Amino acid sequence: MGEKILLVDDEKDFIEALGERMENRGMNVSTTTSAKDAIKMVEEETYDAIVLDLQMPEMDGIEALKAIKKINPDMQVILLTGHATVEKGIEAMKLGAMDLIEKPADIEAITEKIKKAQANKIILVEKKTEEKIRKIITSKGW
Amino acid sequence: MSYDVTGEAGLQFFGKMIASISHEIKNVLAVINENAGLLEDFILMEEKGVTLNPEKLKKISKKVMEQVKRADGIIQNMNRFGHSVDETVKTIDVIDTMELMIKLSARFSERVGVSFKMGSHFDPIKITTTPFLLQNVIWFCLDNIMNLAKSGDTVSIVVENNGCDVLIRFFGISGLDGMINYDFPAEREAILLEALSGKLQIDNSAGEIVLYLNGNKN
Repeated sequence: MGEKILLVDDEKDFIEALGERMENRGMNVSTTTSAKDAIKMVEEETYDAIVLDLQMPEMDGIEALKAIKKINPDMQVILLTGHATVEKGIEAMKLGAMDLIEKPADIEAITEKIKKAQANKIILVEKKTEEKIRKIITSKGW
Repeated sequence: MSYDVTGEAGLQFFGKMIASISHEIKNVLAVINENAGLLEDFILMEEKGVTLNPEKLKKISKKVMEQVKRADGIIQNMNRFGHSVDETVKTIDVIDTMELMIKLSARFSERVGVSFKMGSHFDPIKITTTPFLLQNVIWFCLDNIMNLAKSGDTVSIVVENNGCDVLIRFFGISGLDGMINYDFPAEREAILLEALSGKLQIDNSAGEIVLYLNGNKN
């Protein structure tokens, strides 16, 4: 099954083209040009990864990342930036971003990071499931 | 410590504008890159027997051409800004300069949801001044207005000549009426204004800032 992705960038022509390319590669893609709308979408749906632009009107990528992580701390977020510096990368990672990509981005690099995001998500889900099972076993005294 | 208008501080203003322009160009390149990639995808699909859709190809071609025009506009602004340091003192059209600064500030103002709207002007309003310093003080006015105004605000701008000074009037600034401890004009604006033989007048209740420029710098 294809990865379920949310693309967030205020450049409509950019996310339309990138979204279509991702769908050509078997991914299930939703797009929005608004960080605020993205947060509402994260409240209603689950995604394997979110690709999020750092600089947008109304709410920038860092604020959006914080809000997304509050809703779902395990959400895998890949940040897009026009200028990736070491400082920005560190700030983004400290806030829980999975990775930082510089625009214009190579589709293969994005795809690889998305696959990694999906793998991370599977590991986190498995860990949580194991923890639940362990709690049940312990509480039942089996 | 004094604000070094033409040295380090001036370079910081210059650098900020150039960095912003580079971000805009990167965004254009990102759109062109993805649309070129999409064309590549269609070619690969066609090689595997999927029929090409001419309407889609036309749409992509149109988008790429629009982005090229957009980049050209951005670079024209960069060029005009770069040439502003060609001469220390020059006779310039203040309306032109104000329009250029609005374009250069667009990325910043979009981020905070504030719009700047130039009023209608029919004839040029010229002064002899240091173009780079004028752009710098206009930028500080716009920057401070963006900090004070609320998202959704439209700030109107009019350039006038009252016979003695050239005035740049910024009005419709909603956050000014609550401005008590806000430091504007600060030292940096004061030094620039002195260099330009200008002054700033702030009417908090009316939500208006007026930049007065003496028109005859020698």
